[in-house]
Amino acid sequence: MGSETESARRLLTGWGRTAPSAAEVIRPATTEALVSALSRRPARGVIARGLGRSYGDVAQNGGGTVLDMTGLDAIHAFDPDQGTITVAAGCSLAALLDRVVAAGWFLPVTPGTRFVTVGGAIACDVHGKNHHRDGSFGEHVTALTLLTASGDMLDLTPEGTPDEFWATVGGLGLTGIVISATIQLLRVDSSAIRVDTERTADLAETFAKLRASDDTYRYSVAWLDCAAAGRLGRGIAIQGDHATRDEVDSVPPVPGLKPRISSPRWLSLAPILRSPAISILNEVHFRRARTAAGQIEAIEPFFYPLDAVGDWNRMYGRGGFLQYQFVVPLDREDVVHTALELLHRERIRSTLAVLKRFGPGSRAPLSFPMLGWTLALDIALPAPRAARVLAAIDEHVAESGGRVYLAKDSRLRQELVDVMNPRLPEWNTVRRRLDPDGVFQQDLARRLGLTGASP
Amino acid sequence: MNDAFGLPSRIVVLGGGSEIGQAIVAAIVAEKPADVVLAGRTPVTLPDVPAARSLERIEFDATATESHGAFFDSLFAAGDVDLVVLAFGVVGEQAVAEQDPAAAVEIAMTNYVGAVSSLTHVSTRLAAQGHGTIVVLSSVAGQKARRSNSVYGSSKAGLDAFTEGLQLASLGTGVGVIHVRPGFVKTKMTANLKAAPFATTAEAVATAVVAELGKGNRTVWVPAILRPVMWLIRAMPPRVLRSL
Repeated sequence: MGSETESARRLLTGWGRTAPSAAEVIRPATTEALVSALSRRPARGVIARGLGRSYGDVAQNGGGTVLDMTGLDAIHAFDPDQGTITVAAGCSLAALLDRVVAAGWFLPVTPGTRFVTVGGAIACDVHGKNHHRDGSFGEHVTALTLLTASGDMLDLTPEGTPDEFWATVGGLGLTGIVISATIQLLRVDSSAIRVDTERTADLAETFAKLRASDDTYRYSVAWLDCAAAGRLGRGIAIQGDHATRDEVDSVPPVPGLKPRISSPRWLSLAPILRSPAISILNEVHFRRARTAAGQIEAIEPFFYPLDAVGDWNRMYGRGGFLQYQFVVPLDREDVVHTALELLHRERIRSTLAVLKRFGPGSRAPLSFPMLGWTLALDIALPAPRAARVLAAIDEHVAESGGRVYLAKDSRLRQELVDVMNPRLPEWNTVRRRLDPDGVFQQDLARRLGLTGASP
Repeated sequence: MNDAFGLPSRIVVLGGGSEIGQAIVAAIVAEKPADVVLAGRTPVTLPDVPAARSLERIEFDATATESHGAFFDSLFAAGDVDLVVLAFGVVGEQAVAEQDPAAAVEIAMTNYVGAVSSLTHVSTRLAAQGHGTIVVLSSVAGQKARRSNSVYGSSKAGLDAFTEGLQLASLGTGVGVIHVRPGFVKTKMTANLKAAPFATTAEAVATAVVAELGKGNRTVWVPAILRPVMWLIRAMPPRVLRSL
């Protein structure tokens, strides 16, 4: 990590390691350097990038400029009494946790990895296992500073500037660059989680389990075994709450700033996460899980099991992988069922499948979560037929009034974007006001025609 | 933009009249609809592409290299190009080309010079946009000279070497080059020729190309058996080869 502003043409991909594109990558060491890089207004535009954990091409800008924000990672202010923290956008959730957990605070919302930046968490309006209760990340941001295309620094709040604030939350980095943000943290008695685990026999039972007990837990999610023939959608419901102090014998460890194990480069030449290994791993995972109540788990195993291994995406080999996540209304469980059946019939094995019930969505027009069921699937590539099968699932999702998670997308058909995102025009109106010349560009927006420009 | 499967949003076929080029486009848009541009000498004769999201037929002459700059400028000004299929080519008549320098030059001008000009224009523009795929249809005829088609083969040999170089040059630029070496492909262009062993179809070539999308630089022989076959043929002493 140098303190100098660096610049080089580099090939970038998302976490899924697909669809690379080359861009001028600038890592500003100061806000001044950031403003100066933006003021150059390169022909193919600018996009901010955090730690590169988005699966698809949201933080890529082929032929243009990508601003690596990880050099601007300061923690500006932390109020241990009120539980508010103000950080620079390049600050990682890992660094934030490291600062606040000891003082009895926790992230109000955390995705499945702590190696994301606060700026990225806002731009993608990420969610976690507590969405049904606490909503998405953006709903806990009380203020943010946005650097706009014209070089202005705007202080945005949900009450004072609702249009600009909510267009930026979930706005995929296309309204401007988040410079800093203030987050209202969650007061916890202990960072450890008291976890109840229960096996389910099939998809109907998994739905029933989540429906019946979600509301009694802060965190609730179900892992699905997609490899088990005949018992489609059997899984493990994993539900928990922050443990009280007397439930915890010793102070649970706060996860570190780096993964504990690293993946060597050669791993991508010997892909592990492919069939038939997937079936075996799923079977082992299912059998290992015993129905158990009240187990105490630390932060990392509960929230970030994959974070223990650095660069675990290499295990998918050179073809990479994609994550497909959609949400459908609560009364459309049938779409989840259809999706699993279509994948199973075409022998497309998902390495990891997670089902969750979302609570109501936020006010952000492009935010992904909405009241309903969400299914997330990791699929190893290359996967013959997967393009067509996922497109067929998309049709069902769109017809039901649901949508695909744009911040993770790497393959959606442009034709469905408007149907799935009825508030896209409203978002574009605000975006055009903030960026009339279209300075902010990215591969995702080009691929899906998000900003209304040509392909 | 290409997606995670390497499927493009906008495709340009140079040599839109080529059956192989058309088969490749048809196979791609069957996976995912895309905007298609067919470029050829006489646009009105170019076919329809049923599953395309939009279709443009425009005039392009591979041998008119001085017009290429303006042609590619306007093509890229209309938006990013994700995939370019270099499909034009002429077989010519070996017997005529052996006697008539003008006929021999025409083959070389189209298959080699026209391709070199087009590929240079295309690769620099794709590198500038930071992403894209180029599909080049060379030929096994370029691997070893045969009496029956050596003039054509020589032009494809030049294109083959040029394409290998393009693959090396494109590393790290976000551009992937799919180098296709088909054997004898049964099309209307080859209808009056005697089919060579291991003859294949335009559809088979298209299937092979789609399978390589999104994987960066690739070299694919169609059918795949031609790789070892050509390796053997190239290793044969001229004495044996002459009698083939």
